[in-house]
Amino acid sequence: MVENNRWGNFFAHLVLILGVAIVIFPVYVAIIASTHPPGTFIRGVMPLLPGPNALENYKTVITDGRSRAGTPPIGGMLWNSFVMAMAITIGKLSISLLSAFAIVYFRFPFRIFFFWIIFLTLMLPVEVRIVPTFQVVADLGMLNSFAGLSIPLIASATATFLFRQFFMTVPEELMEAARVDGAGPMKFFKDILLPLSITNIASLFVIMFIYGWNQYLWPLLITTDPEYYTIVMGIQRMVTGGDSEPLWHLVMATVVLAALPPILVILFMQRLFVKGLTETEK
Amino acid sequence: MQTKRIPFSSRWLPYALLAPQVIVTLIFFIWPASQALYQSFLRQDIFGLRTDFVWFDNFSRLFADQLYLNSLKVTLIFSVGTTFLSMSIALLFAVMVNRMIRSRDSYTTFLVWPYAVAPAIAGVLWWFIFNPSIGIMPYMLKGFGYDWNHRSSSTDAMILVIIAAAWKQISYNFLFFLAGLQSIPQSLIEAAAIDGASRFKRFWTIVFPLLSPITFFLMVVNIVYAMFDTFGVIHATTEGGPAQATNILVYKVYRDGFVNLNLGSSAAQSVILMGIVIVLTVIQFRYIERRVNY
Repeated sequence: MVENNRWGNFFAHLVLILGVAIVIFPVYVAIIASTHPPGTFIRGVMPLLPGPNALENYKTVITDGRSRAGTPPIGGMLWNSFVMAMAITIGKLSISLLSAFAIVYFRFPFRIFFFWIIFLTLMLPVEVRIVPTFQVVADLGMLNSFAGLSIPLIASATATFLFRQFFMTVPEELMEAARVDGAGPMKFFKDILLPLSITNIASLFVIMFIYGWNQYLWPLLITTDPEYYTIVMGIQRMVTGGDSEPLWHLVMATVVLAALPPILVILFMQRLFVKGLTETEK
Repeated sequence: MQTKRIPFSSRWLPYALLAPQVIVTLIFFIWPASQALYQSFLRQDIFGLRTDFVWFDNFSRLFADQLYLNSLKVTLIFSVGTTFLSMSIALLFAVMVNRMIRSRDSYTTFLVWPYAVAPAIAGVLWWFIFNPSIGIMPYMLKGFGYDWNHRSSSTDAMILVIIAAAWKQISYNFLFFLAGLQSIPQSLIEAAAIDGASRFKRFWTIVFPLLSPITFFLMVVNIVYAMFDTFGVIHATTEGGPAQATNILVYKVYRDGFVNLNLGSSAAQSVILMGIVIVLTVIQFRYIERRVNY
């Protein structure tokens, strides 16, 4: 710091504390709302201090859901979200590790062509080609299944690029040494390359888990069976499902439960998260 | 494009390694995209009995359609608003946090987590705060004499979705701005201080210009985010209303395809969106090349 300005620092802290307060405010409100009995929301402005009904509300959403509006218990939806997020994450990581390995360590006809095919996926987000993708998945009979929820989302150009870049920096000598010792390509991949990439894998894991967990449009389209609802899309059903005002105390309890897992992932793995974020996007 | 100096040699192994990714890409990306392109030239009659090849008719109809033009305008306002709001707040936070020494990491932790909140959830959270009958914000605004109602006022609805979309994106912009600020050499700032430049002047004439590559990069990323990743914000809250006021392009593709079942038009809109993504991606990559070169 060039000069030390006490008032400047005070002002900076003030701005930041206010900023943090504003950033946290929506979640604070949600947590507060989830602890109140239903009556509170009929009587006018929502409260800013916790109410007495926390345990009851959370128990209701986890075990019962809102059967009247056709939303299943949250417990099952949380599980579906977890399975989908894990399937997408692991799928993305494994297919991009393999294809990056092929592109960096082999020389074969049409290598550039395949590279471009993978690159194209970067330009075609699901939201953009939504109707035809839905038709393909429907034709393959993958509606209402975990395969349909995850497989169409696992192709990832960014992960392939990142691994490709990382593999390029791995010293050539390692590969030569492995070959002198008689290791084949797959043995080299498994015993040398994978252990070296472990930090990269972990930081991508954080990013992709959040990506998978937060999927919204895709599960909305291909699940009509409540058994496969994921929690993020389930909230929308709760908000618009009834004919009157939503049951805010239950909606907010669900919101808190839906937002918690990815937030915890970020908070506990902040360093990996920041690394993954700044590296995938460059 | 390089490989290793002495690559492994195998006739079939590289293809086997590439197969999973290439197959998924072909089935779920390339094929649907070409289907969209093909369908954008077709039109079905209302009973779905006949399909005609209509060349560019779907496109010319779109650009003559008042609703589509409106959606273009709405998307423009929405993405510029979201980008500007979230980037300026993030820059302010980053500059302030960058001054801190001991408290830097704790502030970062507090500012970083909204990244994990799904757009749909962000939408529901702000929708609740701004709820006209029980929300806290309308209550406070009433004190200032403003009658907030995003169910009937287009402006209010637009402000609501912009705030929700921008809130979620602050953490992302913040992290990149902070990284950018930390890479600016301290000596430049010291030199300017010795020459008597005030803090304010130092920021606008030295720091901000040096941040411009990151600012530009973030601008592209934010526009992509606002145009394509905010479906959840709209769908969970305003559903495009009131009176089409928040009907952004991505939402309209979905509505025309799945609710109104107008496949030809929806496919044509998809094709236009793909064009936009491709242009933005190319811009983004050109920027990366430039940055690598200097």
